[in-house]
Amino acid sequence: MNLRRIPLSAIVGMLVSFGFLFVAIFAPLLAPYELGQSIGDVWEGASDKLPLGTDNLGRDLVSRMIYATRTTIFIAGAATFISFSLGSILGFTAAVKGGWLDMILSRAVDLLMSIPTLIFALVVLAVLPANIITLILVMGILDSTRVYRLSRAVAVDINVMDYVEAARLRGEGTSWIVFREILPNALSPLVAELGLRFIFAILFLSSLSFLGLGVQLPDIDLGGMVKENKEGIIFHIPAALIPAFVISILTISVNLVADWILNRTSDLKGGRG
Amino acid sequence: MGHPILNLVAQRIALGLLLLFLASGLIFIGTQILPGDVAQSILGQSATPEAVANLRKELGLNDPAYVRYFKWLAGLLQGDLGTALSNGKPIGEAVSYRFSNTIFLASWAALFSVPLAVILGLFAVQYKNRWPDKLISGVTLASISLPEFFIGYLLMFYVAVILGWFPSVSIPNESMSLLEKLDTIALPVTVLVLVVLAHMMRMTRAAILNVMQSAYIETAELKGLSPFTVIRKHAFPNAIAPIVNVIMINLAYLVVGVIIVESIFVYPGLGQYLVDHVSKRDVPVVQACALIFASVYITLNIIADLVSIIANPRLRHPK
Repeated sequence: MNLRRIPLSAIVGMLVSFGFLFVAIFAPLLAPYELGQSIGDVWEGASDKLPLGTDNLGRDLVSRMIYATRTTIFIAGAATFISFSLGSILGFTAAVKGGWLDMILSRAVDLLMSIPTLIFALVVLAVLPANIITLILVMGILDSTRVYRLSRAVAVDINVMDYVEAARLRGEGTSWIVFREILPNALSPLVAELGLRFIFAILFLSSLSFLGLGVQLPDIDLGGMVKENKEGIIFHIPAALIPAFVISILTISVNLVADWILNRTSDLKGGRG
Repeated sequence: MGHPILNLVAQRIALGLLLLFLASGLIFIGTQILPGDVAQSILGQSATPEAVANLRKELGLNDPAYVRYFKWLAGLLQGDLGTALSNGKPIGEAVSYRFSNTIFLASWAALFSVPLAVILGLFAVQYKNRWPDKLISGVTLASISLPEFFIGYLLMFYVAVILGWFPSVSIPNESMSLLEKLDTIALPVTVLVLVVLAHMMRMTRAAILNVMQSAYIETAELKGLSPFTVIRKHAFPNAIAPIVNVIMINLAYLVVGVIIVESIFVYPGLGQYLVDHVSKRDVPVVQACALIFASVYITLNIIADLVSIIANPRLRHPK
């Protein structure tokens, strides 16, 4: 692949995204203070020692944001992983098997998508225990409906190709056809979708935590930090804007990369890239 | 049978009602048949067995699930939304006040965003691939990636707190005149408009471009019609269905976006009511609110379908 053909926006997006990943992985090494460590006054302004000042309980905003970034990326990543594995495997299987299995799965997905994701998530979170595992599962399963639709649509097209017919005639089973014939050929549209689902997961998690229904204390994510500091806004303290701004930078940079992959795969029209 | 279009419309409405029924079932299942005991998870692990038993009785959890579902559904059909666990009051009263607030907010947002989106969409088509178009698609990409609360608090901080043009919290009351109410909800309406505008505009642009590239538009231009006549008689009638579809989908999105915007501006709407009661684990309230939101969402989607059926001349004037 020629590096010069990558547009500037995609390079910037990639650099920033890798920066976020780096921060997420090495959070404990990068953060100057502990997660819950109170080091100063409430909502102290920026100084040489504290580049962004302190939060609603006098904790260093930078350190807290580094840990919050880690939580956000971890949960959104895990939820995206679940929605992708579940959605694509079920979608491919429905397309390959057809018949009643396809019918039942597709109608179930239609029904689940008839209720807005946020509303259904709120319903389920009202009774489930509030912890990170629940969050990851709820987000992953609800979002897998979108991946299911896309992967089923892609797999239906691939399923009628000659090489799939050949594999069937040689007597290969469903799992061979799904993993060895369909998956490699459906990969490029799915990778572009992966970026968009990850963005959606970040925004969704941040919204839930902002509403107080996502990550619970003492853990913290970026949406939760907005909630913690939102009271400061009316006292001219912009601390809540900083984590919200970080979320925006993260989603925009992933979006720039996803947009480029999407254009690239749609230009190739099924060719090998 | 009657006119084929009537059959299609009737079919679509019947399908919508079925979907609504199934959605109510799904919402019920979501809160009742999850692993673990609902009463236990509402009260937490430290609750005494007596308290759990009392709550089970109060919630009617000793009946089998399908009996409870049909009781709930029968109540709903008679306009009885049940009683809230947290304060023991009927849900219907609180909901009707808050629902009308939410509709007030959402309809003003729709009133501004829909014409603005269509006009800007036309503008983007007019300047296709020139800088206004590129600027619009760049802003679109950015605004799709922004969380609602970032736009919300940014506006609250700069417009309400620093400039002091509008109040930072939006709590309208009965004694206010319409103008005062509009002043109160100006910021939440702006956030909602910004959130749906980009998407609506982008899809309007795509819909109009799609129509403008058709062969019959070229024919109309080549036979010497004025650009205005081409748009009025040829492009617009064919673009109605996709544009209305886009608008309805975004209005449905507006209904969901309202939940977060209400929380930002402490607006006493249905969304905030729902969120409050999710954290209180007040299951009957959550079910009732979720069903109302889902019904509005499903209804708007059905209207979108119906409009595209009715706007299709092939279906309206069968051979």
